[in-house]
Amino acid sequence: MAVDASLAGRTFPPTEPYTVSREKILEFARATGSEYDGRSAPGTFPIVIAFTAMHALMEDPDVGIALHRVVHGEQRFTYTRPVAEGDRLRAELTVDSLRQIGGADIIGTRSEITDADGEHVCTAFATLVHRGEDA
Amino acid sequence: MNLETGSTLPAQTYRVTRADLVRYAGASGDFNPIHWSDRVATSVGLPGVIAHGMFTMALAGRALDTWAGAPGRVRELGCKFTKPVVVPDDDEGVEVVVSGTVKNVTEDGVHIALEVTCGDQKVLGQPKAVLARG
Repeated sequence: MAVDASLAGRTFPPTEPYTVSREKILEFARATGSEYDGRSAPGTFPIVIAFTAMHALMEDPDVGIALHRVVHGEQRFTYTRPVAEGDRLRAELTVDSLRQIGGADIIGTRSEITDADGEHVCTAFATLVHRGEDA
Repeated sequence: MNLETGSTLPAQTYRVTRADLVRYAGASGDFNPIHWSDRVATSVGLPGVIAHGMFTMALAGRALDTWAGAPGRVRELGCKFTKPVVVPDDDEGVEVVVSGTVKNVTEDGVHIALEVTCGDQKVLGQPKAVLARG
């Protein structure tokens, strides 16, 4: 089943605030073998928040995505500043583009990650490849 | 580390095992079964369990931190996930190698072209980053 064609251009509600703890930073840094003191987070850490937004997209029954058919095609981060301990972050996901190639849906997403003051911290661009049943 | 235009940055080699993928799944919240179940991975046409693309990207970030000499200097980081990093169910795992070259230094920062390989294959497409100037 192809995903809902009206998805392109849709913006999902912002995720609930995520409080960045020192422990979570250290857990993430250790899982990637990086040495951090837990005050600021590794560059790819914002994916934790962006994933919450992506899951809301993927689990929306009207959208028609099956998680195990999803492969991450592309990812890019641009940062205003590193994520820091104590940040309360939200991600607001917009589907920038949707196209079909060879039975797969190519879904371009952009998650704007902002802090408790509404200031921009990071933008996470993700391209999700949703393989069709026959792909 | 010398971060001038043309500088070749020392290659960083990281070993990746199934245990690393499980740990990363927990830390990142990405529990897609293609990263821990051979049954599901092969059912969608993959050769076996593959590393999270974001895990491989995090290794690129780790190399950038090493080259920058301090954390928190990455201003931009992006790549395509072109080839899967297949991680066998054994104690050896696989090796991922991250190398880089400084393309130029501008007002925006230090622009780095990365190369991320597993075996003799490039696993990330056009990986690149911008570091804040020191």
